[in-house]
Amino acid sequence: MSTQEQPLRRAEVSAAAAEAPATPDIAAEEEDLWEGGIGWVETLGMSLASLRGNPLRTILTALGVLIGVASVVALLAIGRGSQAAITESITANGANLLTVRAGASSSSGVRGAVGEGGTLTVADAEVLANPQNVPDAAFVSPEYSGNAQLVASSLNLNARVTGALPVYPSLHNNTLAEGAFFSDDDNRTSANVVVLGANVATNLFPGGDALGQQVRMNGQSFQVVGVLASSGGGGFGSIDDGVIVPLNTAQRKLFGARAAVGGTWSVSNIVVQAASSKQIDAALSEIEIALRNSKNLPLDGSGDTFSVINQASILATVTQTTQMLTLFLAAIAAISLLVGGIGIMNIMLVSVRERTREIGLRKALGAREGDIMLQFLFEALALSGVGGLLGLALGAGIALAVSASGVMKAQLSPDAALLALGFALAVGLFFGIAPARNAARLDPIEALRYE
Amino acid sequence: MTTMISVRDLARTYQTGEIEVHALRGVSFDIARGEFVAIMGPSGSGKSTLMNLIGCLDTPTSGSYTLDGLPVDQLEKPLLAAVRNRKIGFVFQQFHLLARSTALENVALPLAYRGGMAADERLERAAESLERVGLGNRMDHRPQELSGGQQQRVAIARSLVTKPALLLADEPTGALDTRTSEELMGLLTDLNHGGMTIVLVTHEPDVARYARRLLEIRDGQLLRDVSTAEAWAAQDPHAPHMTLGPVARARRVGRLPVASRWRRSV
Repeated sequence: MSTQEQPLRRAEVSAAAAEAPATPDIAAEEEDLWEGGIGWVETLGMSLASLRGNPLRTILTALGVLIGVASVVALLAIGRGSQAAITESITANGANLLTVRAGASSSSGVRGAVGEGGTLTVADAEVLANPQNVPDAAFVSPEYSGNAQLVASSLNLNARVTGALPVYPSLHNNTLAEGAFFSDDDNRTSANVVVLGANVATNLFPGGDALGQQVRMNGQSFQVVGVLASSGGGGFGSIDDGVIVPLNTAQRKLFGARAAVGGTWSVSNIVVQAASSKQIDAALSEIEIALRNSKNLPLDGSGDTFSVINQASILATVTQTTQMLTLFLAAIAAISLLVGGIGIMNIMLVSVRERTREIGLRKALGAREGDIMLQFLFEALALSGVGGLLGLALGAGIALAVSASGVMKAQLSPDAALLALGFALAVGLFFGIAPARNAARLDPIEALRYE
Repeated sequence: MTTMISVRDLARTYQTGEIEVHALRGVSFDIARGEFVAIMGPSGSGKSTLMNLIGCLDTPTSGSYTLDGLPVDQLEKPLLAAVRNRKIGFVFQQFHLLARSTALENVALPLAYRGGMAADERLERAAESLERVGLGNRMDHRPQELSGGQQQRVAIARSLVTKPALLLADEPTGALDTRTSEELMGLLTDLNHGGMTIVLVTHEPDVARYARRLLEIRDGQLLRDVSTAEAWAAQDPHAPHMTLGPVARARRVGRLPVASRWRRSV
């Protein structure tokens, strides 16, 4: 139609069509027609009124988005919580730790045969403890561990016994609940003293009077000099379920761990703490070089009889894995959000069809295309927005319930909540545009006649 | 008398696929302020097309249309919506009230689309308008709680609320029984006596005779433009019922549906 393609303003028209009665205020009146019109606040009110008019449909439609947002929020919270829990349990054993173990790591090609000098000894620990060999190490602590039956009066249990140096608690972030850790003197003299892990102490001495008592291990009597506070770390062989004795006592008296060669004593592993987190990588290669030199192994690592486990790299791997799992779960949840959006679109299309006559009437009464468009867009946005907000509450509720149940840890974060809500609104906008445009473009004549 | 509607060579062609349908083939007439005009014609004559053009719901293919001084055929689409809002009051055959809104809210709706008026003022003016059609005591009723005649009166109140220049009624009695129709036409007559310009589209001669002037459309062209008295006097075969004037006829059947009568019959 020519009027839309070539709009003429009144000024041009009156010049061209001189026979039209040139009332002076007509130009002003036409200018005035551009003014006014319904505001967006009023339109929003109409949208909300029509949503209120059909409460069941509104609730069911919003439910799709609600479930989507709730699952995204809950899964992200649980994912983050689990990640934090795993990180915590790994770092509970101490920070910046490198653990040297006997046996080649499976990733470094051909494995050395077992027993082929395949043990770590106190001598190896002394090599590493030399600051010239491993300048980036803060502490070097050889440890020997085995299992033993612990007996205290009528109670007994099997626990992991770790022979360690007095540096152990500072290395592994342990604090003592009672008593004191054994001393260098205790180690030198292979004293029969023991520090109990928190769980062992409560199991063997339910009365809480462990300190000063005697515990029998492998037929020998040990005095309890200290009880560790619970580290709470869980997993990865928590010290809560074990006991600690001086290294010499473990090697010489409890387990008889004389090394096959060299007249020295073997150790299970050597824990090295890097001076800082930035020095972990440097410390790792220094350890490898020092041990290869002292054991006359090929310097390229092909004949390694030991392996160095980097706590930081384990942490990074685990973090990456849990992050990927979290994202994967959130992506699945986001699909349900998308399905919720399609539900909105479906209902909006039905609603536009149902209200065709109403749309025609509104247009006849002076609603512009933009007014109708906005009204239906607001409806879609309100549906997804309300669904999103309620979903946020439900998701947070699920996360808190999961946390409270103790099965998993959940960690709510405002950015995940905003992300889910924003995504919900975007879904509403995206799926609301097509129905709204359908409504806006209806021909009022056809719409009024629609049965 | 000032001109309210000026139509010159108005034509409207619809394109349906390959076929062009000439619904209106060049119609010209003037309607002065305060006139009561009926547009008649059989279905397919183009009277609906003409009504849509007069109601600014459609734009002509060619020709010019001036409403209350505004060159409507030259206006852009959003402006047409504003013209409909401010200049024209619509009354439809099917009433077209919003089912979930009360009578008062229905009547106030056009004022919302005008903008720039507080909600309180809109409802106040809607209430005045409902009083004017005699429904002051039915303001909080929803359409399904009202009779057909009452619903159509709500629609009339809605059309009046913006103080339009023109009241455009499309088969306003089409969904009403005879008695209610007569009451409603009495109301329209009364409004016209109050100065309102009314254009009535109908195919019922009984309804058309309430108007003072008759425009008859046939095959997209203006067949005749006469006063209804003239049409009745001519004993036209198209107006076989018009043997008596409306007042006389109403007297004969014992009803007088004019002026003040409709108010009391609510």
